[in-house]
Amino acid sequence: MPMTADLGSNRAPETGAFFQRDRTWHPPALTPDYKTSVLRSPQKALLSFDNTLSEITGPVFGHAMLGALDNDLIHNFARPGESAIGERIIVYGRVLDERRRGVPGVLLEFWQANAGGRYRHKKDGYLAALDPNFGGCGRTITGEDGGYAFRTVKPGPYPWPNGPNDWRPSHIHFSVFGRGFAQRLITQMYFEGDPLIWHCPIVRGIPDKAAIKTLIAALDMQATVPMDARAYKFDIVLRGRRSSLFENRLEGN
Amino acid sequence: MTQSLDRLKESPSQTAGPYVHIGLTPNFCGIGGVIPSDLGTSMVNERTRGERIGLKIRVLDGTGTPLKDALVEIWQADADGLYNSPAELRGTADPDFVGWGRCPSDMETGLCVFETIKPGCVPFGDGRLMAPHISLWIVARGINIGLHTRLFFADEAKANAQDPILARIEHRVRVPTLIAERKGDAYVFDVHLQGDKETVFFDS
Repeated sequence: MPMTADLGSNRAPETGAFFQRDRTWHPPALTPDYKTSVLRSPQKALLSFDNTLSEITGPVFGHAMLGALDNDLIHNFARPGESAIGERIIVYGRVLDERRRGVPGVLLEFWQANAGGRYRHKKDGYLAALDPNFGGCGRTITGEDGGYAFRTVKPGPYPWPNGPNDWRPSHIHFSVFGRGFAQRLITQMYFEGDPLIWHCPIVRGIPDKAAIKTLIAALDMQATVPMDARAYKFDIVLRGRRSSLFENRLEGN
Repeated sequence: MTQSLDRLKESPSQTAGPYVHIGLTPNFCGIGGVIPSDLGTSMVNERTRGERIGLKIRVLDGTGTPLKDALVEIWQADADGLYNSPAELRGTADPDFVGWGRCPSDMETGLCVFETIKPGCVPFGDGRLMAPHISLWIVARGINIGLHTRLFFADEAKANAQDPILARIEHRVRVPTLIAERKGDAYVFDVHLQGDKETVFFDS
């Protein structure tokens, strides 16, 4: 696997433990209106402890592993000279930590349905057609300031078997691999103005409306490419690191 | 009023959903040609130091049915107990061992199989040694926030008995939920999401 410890950064490695996770801000494990959670949600109390090295550390993903089209879903599955069908958009933003600092070197992997709301997956039997030029996945790694960008088509909403008539709002899944294994996060990005957001049982598993709003990307007309693509800004926040200045040092540090 | 701490809140988690493979293991689910190979599928090469071991992990729901759409990631130290990470300041880990792996559940059996090495011991915050362990992170449709836990080894009974994390489990009857048994050439580890055998999951 092409990985390297060299991020091209002059920063000293950060070794502090992560801020404790505010679990009231996340969806609880059990959200009965999202039916699959009923049998897949732990019911016993979690075991809480401060981070050890096993949580503070994490692998490094080097930019060298990326292919030229990894962040271009319009073309990375398309036949030569062709492109995916749909509303062309750019998704950009920064990965920050809770201390508002950009996080470099974060592996972002994203996946989504096509413009009609159909996934390229054998378990998706939705009526909407597959687009032969759209695979629906891509990846990138954040730069020194935590910034990232990719190009895609806006995914369509789709019905799913939960309630008798539930529809997912348009969304893009994000897997976020920060600097420590305890920062590992998967979330979903929604689109400004989509009325389906507020009907969705998966979204509504998040108890606080203010938290939901942080997952809705803003239309940014200033970042559009005229006559080409609209832009949506989506910042992602990972757990902050405590300063290790006043922490007891491990043996050997 | 007081000064603001001026912090942000972590982005709320959302489920990985049923199509997590498309994003994290596209070649596994038939989307070829986008990336050359799925990340995390190969953990060791011929130069990697340490005892080769296999892991056979399943994730089971509240009815005991194995999940066939889960994804498991593992993170571990090398044979000397060093992490291949910039945050590892105690030494330099084996350059032939990244220590991270990713595997989707088999769509028929639910099995996640890893070929790796037995990790060495890593110190706890106070310098005591933790028993050899592998950290797990589990996501799937129906799991709203990724689940963290650890896999310990049944043949490390003495180290397990002194492990500072295992020692914190109040209900001792639950300790075995974190211990993988050796069966043949692999360690077998069932993660139970619910029920009497519910795995101890971590908030760390």
